This record gives sequence, structure tokens and C-alpha cells, in this order.
Amino acid sequence: MNFDFSDDQKLLKDQANKFLQDKCDLTVVRRILDGDELYEADVWKGIVEMGWTGTAIPEEYGGIGLGHLELCMIAEELGRSLAPVPFSSSVYLATEALLIAASEDQKQKYLPALAAGEMIGTLALNEGTQAATPRTIKASYSGGKISGTKLPVPDGDIANFAVVAVKTGSGSDEGAISLAVVDLTGEGVTRTPVTTLDPTRNLSNITFDNAPAELVGAEGSGWSTIRQVLDRAAVLTAFEQVGGADAALNTAKEYALGRYAFGRPIASFQAIKHKLADMYIKNELARSNSYYGAWALSTNAPDLPAAAAGARIAATDAFNFAAKENIQTHGGMGFTWEFDCHLFYRRAKLLSVSLGSALSWKDKLVSELEKRNAA
Amino acid sequence: MDFEDTPEEAEFRAEVQAWLKANAPKNASANAFSADLNEAEALKIAKEWQAKKADARYAKITWPREIGGMGGTPIQNVIYSQEEAKYALPGGFFDIGLGMCIPTLLTHGTPEQAERYTKPALYGEEIWCQLFSEPAAGSDLAGIRTRAEKDGDEWVVNGQKIWTSGAHYSDYGILVTRSNPDVPKHKGLTFFFLDMKTPGVEVKPIKQISGGANFNEVYFTDVRIPDSQRLGAEGDGWKVSLTTLMNERAAIGGGGGALGSDELLKLFRGIEMHDGPAINNMAVRERLADWYVQGQGLKYTRFRSLTALSKGETPGPENSIGKAVSAPRGQDYTSFALELMELGGMITDPDLAPLKAGFQSGWLFAPAMRIAGGTDEILKNIIAERVLGLPGEIRVDKDTPFNELPTGH
Ligand SMILES: Cc1cc2nc3c(=O)[nH]c(=O)nc-3n(C[C@H](O)[C@H](O)[C@H](O)COP(=O)(O)OP(=O)(O)OC[C@H]3O[C@@H](n4cnc5c(N)ncnc54)[C@H](O)[C@@H]3O)c2cc1C
Repeated sequence: MNFDFSDDQKLLKDQANKFLQDKCDLTVVRRILDGDELYEADVWKGIVEMGWTGTAIPEEYGGIGLGHLELCMIAEELGRSLAPVPFSSSVYLATEALLIAASEDQKQKYLPALAAGEMIGTLALNEGTQAATPRTIKASYSGGKISGTKLPVPDGDIANFAVVAVKTGSGSDEGAISLAVVDLTGEGVTRTPVTTLDPTRNLSNITFDNAPAELVGAEGSGWSTIRQVLDRAAVLTAFEQVGGADAALNTAKEYALGRYAFGRPIASFQAIKHKLADMYIKNELARSNSYYGAWALSTNAPDLPAAAAGARIAATDAFNFAAKENIQTHGGMGFTWEFDCHLFYRRAKLLSVSLGSALSWKDKLVSELEKRNAA
Repeated sequence: MDFEDTPEEAEFRAEVQAWLKANAPKNASANAFSADLNEAEALKIAKEWQAKKADARYAKITWPREIGGMGGTPIQNVIYSQEEAKYALPGGFFDIGLGMCIPTLLTHGTPEQAERYTKPALYGEEIWCQLFSEPAAGSDLAGIRTRAEKDGDEWVVNGQKIWTSGAHYSDYGILVTRSNPDVPKHKGLTFFFLDMKTPGVEVKPIKQISGGANFNEVYFTDVRIPDSQRLGAEGDGWKVSLTTLMNERAAIGGGGGALGSDELLKLFRGIEMHDGPAINNMAVRERLADWYVQGQGLKYTRFRSLTALSKGETPGPENSIGKAVSAPRGQDYTSFALELMELGGMITDPDLAPLKAGFQSGWLFAPAMRIAGGTDEILKNIIAERVLGLPGEIRVDKDTPFNELPTGH
């Protein structure tokens, strides 16, 4: 049994932690919160220079050819630091979609540019506020052009290109959906930033009006690719959530030890102690489920859909809980703009909703269990 | 990252599998704490099985060979438990003795005592119990009142213990007493072991919520214990108790943390609600997913600890979450299952109730798991203090002589 990350992988995590502590502490995150910039360009530059964007891209496409386990380590640290960068959109979504479905030419065109940070990609899936299903996809593709509206697109105002879910068939089943890659800086694309719960991450409203596009993968195979991408992104995002939850617990702990009431540190009140113990318990459950997700992802195990759902459900629960109880532990101070508690609160909810709600993943998990235990 | 055994581990697992296949009794589904089983019968099977295990040195894998163990590693112990768990073998009778009492004796007793008691315990010939909790002292163990007074070479013990698991079939017990009530509570304790047949010891079974009677009240009336059966110095009983309690910490490995999810799925498929099978109901699906994820979380947390053991490292603190999660989880899902059974939830007749009334008995036993071996609240205190480093509870009774402390019920 070796259910742990290797020493090299842990070393990478330490390096990521040091870099982000140094270059991306919460004052940096707050610059994006309070300013007009969409992301933190300096941090992004450093991330690209260290090769993180090419972590899981094979060397033949300009990546560094490590794997998803390494990516999990980086994700945890990005989550811990609340880094305001388009990493998840470009790496977990666009890069993974291309790795799964792109033609050789497309891989040659996009992957080296993604690895080198010359391009930032995203996945444009949803069309409105409800969860995406094959039925909700209306964006149309024909003759190399797409038209339609995608909302919300993560980091859509930052990305240079998007992998877009489009309708190519007549029915409303999975086979009617395809993926197409579109240059977001080209003609026929209108982008408007959307105001969001977490202003440290960008969401965009994108309208395509006969924008030039090229299919990715076989026509009608889009939904199957999307499913795989979402499973992978769920595991990677779970690591971000685990990192964020851990940071929220530490913040709460430090504050509780230093704040006095009734002549003693509030950390000595049992209600606070048990609250923090509950955070710890949820964080460990999330971490263990995420490790299993990482294993399933890195080995492309048949159990990946269930493992990804498990990681996502546990990590979503842990980060939401830690973020809200961190505010509670801070009392009134926790409710101020000045204190950092709300940064965790915002990010936790953004991450918990962005890939589909906990409820939808629970439904999906049980479907996987039903399949496994065929009646 | 992988779930594979190392070559040595695989070799050991194969040995264990072969041995179990050749030796495990067939159809022996029995547990000390299952309500509906004839205890005497289970005990008989359990003793025979224990003797076989001891002969093959599987009874205590990590103990040195000199005292009947295998001299094996913690990971070998886990591998054995995993393999043994595949058989429905009787268990629970010897855990307290071998897991807590004998280790305490080995640490604080004489070499002659170790020699005399270890082997019969290993072979299941002598069973031990833990006489710690009292009516007035459970979580606050140092608050016990059972008096021990010295009389020549002997001690005279008067008082009452309670919740003593297995006292009714035990041959020996470890006992913590108050020898000096004039000093603060931790300082006036003295520790003994004794023969449960000593005159003046009276065991009265306590009927539990679950209907069974696995634990007891034990009364002491002028019970005379030779001073030679004192473990640790007079007044050092707290220190000795800590040896016992440290050995009580939840064992790693063994059965599956995801236990219950398959049974739940089966149940939820089989139950018809007004709009179809329960499993199609979103409220049901949501709860099932939560319990599954908790179960998986515990299982993989254990795997993380096992990995540390497998590398010869000390597991991290993450293992401390085990019972704090599994005990409330068990109560939650059994409770929910009974609700879903609608009127059937009230019925305990195994021929009439769904899934042979397993969820009914599980629900009735569930409260015990949140109390025994440290309550939920005490476990959270421990996580908060030892794992997170938060301040300890304020102890108003620390420096006051025991006999001046306020008492309640
Ligand atoms: C099935 C079973 C088997 C058992 N077997 C044995 C055995 O073999 N030998 C033996 O000696 N004992 C045994 N026990 C006893 C067990 O150890 C005690 O029941 C347990 O330690 C709790 O003590 P108590 O019952 O006195 O409850 P109390 O300590 O009175 O607790 C009552 C409530 O107060 C809470 N509480 C107490 N202190 C604190 C605190 N500091 N902070 C917050 N909350 C607190 C508890 O969490 C609980 O909710 C067994 C119990 C059960 C249920």
C-alpha cells in the first residue's frame, strides 16, 4: 500500500507553497478584489515560468510531462492561497478537453502555447443559470461558424480561446452535442464581464455571432468529452478546496488563540474547540476522498466518475463549512471587508457551484453506485 | 500512489489467506455485542478459534515471540485483520484483555506475573475485563470513588464499578481505586488486578437499550486483594490507567469504512415510496451520497495511516477522526433507514422487517458507539487539544482534595 504522494510530488507542493506565499499573499488577492484587473498577471507569469501550466502536457507538446498527481499538489496550494489566476479554466478545463479530444494538428497548435502561457483557454459550457445538460445547449455550429450565448464562462474575459459546447444534431440527447474551439479575440465574439460573488475570479457573458470555429473531436462526441473533463476538473478542484479549507481552519485557529473574552482565549471555549474539531474532521474526510480521486485520475481508473464525485462532495462540504465557521469564529470582525474571512467565504461558494452543485454530484454519485451494484 | 502490497506484504497476505482457508471455522457468525446471539455458544466458538490463532502466532502479531506473539510489524497486523474480516468470525471477547489489560500488566507487573497471565489470555483460556468506569465517573475517570484501604499485606476494596463489558464471563479484571481521598483526585489512585471470583465481587448484568446485556455493574464488598497484585506504586494509579487508555486508542485497519453503503443501496432500492422506489427520491439519494462519502473518507484516511505504517513511519493525527465520524454516521443512517421503512420501521421481527431487521438492531445499538471508548464530545476535545493545539479544559478540581469536591449524580 502506498496511498500517499511521492517525496518529489511533496517537494513540488512545498515549492508551490513557497512561491505563492511569497508572490501571492492575501494582500495580492485583495488587489484584484478591489481593483479593475481581471487577474494577477505577475503571479500568472511566475506560474507559467515554473511550468505549472504544462504539468500534465506531454513533452512532445511542449509540456513538462509530469502527471495529474503533480497537478493535484499545485492545485492544493493554489486553493490555499486563493490565487486570482485563470489556472483552473486553462489547465483543468481547456487543456484537459484538448488532451482528450483534439486532433493532432489542434494539439500541436494549442498545447505548446498553453504550456508556455502564450495562450489561456477556457471551457464555454453553460447557457444560463441552470446546470448544463445536453438539452440546455442551444449554441449552434454549422459551416465552421458558431452562434449563441454562453453564460457564465469562467475566465472568459481573460482567455484567448474557448472550447465551446455546441449543438450539432437535431435531438436533445448526448449525441447532439459537439465541441468546437473558437478564438475569443477574433470576429463574431462579444464578451462582457459579469459581476460575481467572488470578484477575484472572472466570469464572462459571451455572445458568438457566426464566429469562426473548428470542431474538436468527432461530431456528436462532445458530451462524452465534457463528462470526462468535468470528472478530472472535479478532482483537481477538490484539491483547491482542500487547500482553501485548510487555510480557513488555520486562520480561525490563529484568531481564536489570540482573541480574549471573559478573561480567556476564545479558543478555550468548548463551542469554539468543537467547531474547529468539526472543521478538522471534514477537512480530513475531504483530503482522503481527494487522494482517492487523485489515484483514480492518475490511473484513469474505471471508478473515476465515482471517485471524482466523492472528492468533489467531500471537498465542497469541507470548504463551505470551514469558510462560514471561520467568519463565525471571528465574530463581528469576520463580517468586515477589511478582514480576509470573506475571501474564503466567496471562493468556497464559487468553487462549490462552478462545476455543478453538490446536489447534482450527489445524484451522479448514486447513479454510479447503482451502475456498480447492478440490480 | 498505489494500493498494492510490497512483495513482503503480498507474501505475508498469501500465508494468512492460506492459513485462514485451512483453519477458519465455517458459518461462525458471532460477535460479543450482537444482541440476538446465544452468548455462551459464541464464546465457545470464539475460544476455540482464539486457541488456534495463538498456536499459529496470529493472536498478537506485533508482540515479541518470547511472549507468544509473532514479532511482526503493525502493517502485518493490519493485513491479518483485513483477511480475517472476510470471514464472519467471532470476535470482541478478547480485545479488552489483549488490547488493554495484558499490555498494562506487561508494563507495570512483575516478570512472573507477565509469564503467568499472558499465555492463557492469548489462548482465550482466561478473559479479562476493565473495571474503570463508575456511576459517578466515566469521562472524568480520575473521579472514581471505589475505596481501597491497606490492611497488612492486603487491600480491602469497597465500592461499585459500572458498564464493565464482559465482566460476567471474565476471569480477571484490572481495577482502579481511590486509596487516598485527602489529596487531589489524580494523586490518590491505586491500580490492581484481581480474580473475578474473589469473595465479595458481585457481577450484575445491565440490560441495554438493545435488549442484550453485554455490560455489568460490579459491586465490591470487603474484597481483599493481595498487595502483590498492585500495579504501579500506591498513589500512582492514574499513571497506570493512562497506559491502559493509550492502548485503547482505536486500532487501525480491519473492516471496511464504507460498510453500510451497499446495504443502504439495497434497502433504498427495495423500499417503495408513494412515487416509486426510494432510491429514485432525491432526498434519499442525497443522504446516501453523504454517507458513502463519509465511509470512503474514513476508509482512505485509514489507508493514509497504513501507508505511513507500511513505510515504518508513525501515522499522522488524521486517524483520530475515526470514531467521531463513524459513530454518529451509524446512528444517522440507521435512523433514516427506519424512517424510510415507514410502518415497517417499527417492526423488529426478522421475518417481517426489511433486511432481517438489521437496521432496527443497528439503530438500537447505535447510541453505545457514541459513548463507549470516549464520547463524541470527549473525542472532539481531544482533537481540539492534541491535534489543533487549542487550550485544555479549565479544571476547577485539579488542586482540591478529592473529598472536598462538589458531587452531583
Ligand atoms: C457499550 C459500552 C461499553 C462500555 N464498556 C466499558 C468497560 O468495559 N469498562 C469501563 O470501565 N467502562 C466501559 N464503558 C463506560 C464508558 O467508558 C463511559 O460510559 C464513558 O466514558 C462515558 O462516561 P459516563 O457514562 O459516565 O458519561 P459522563 O462522563 O457522565 O458523560 C455524560 C455526558 O457529558 C459529556 N461530558 C462529560 N465530560 C465532558 C467534557 N469534559 N466536555 C464535554 N462534554 C463532556 C459526555 O460527552 C456525555 O455526553 C462502556 C460504555 C458503553 C456504552
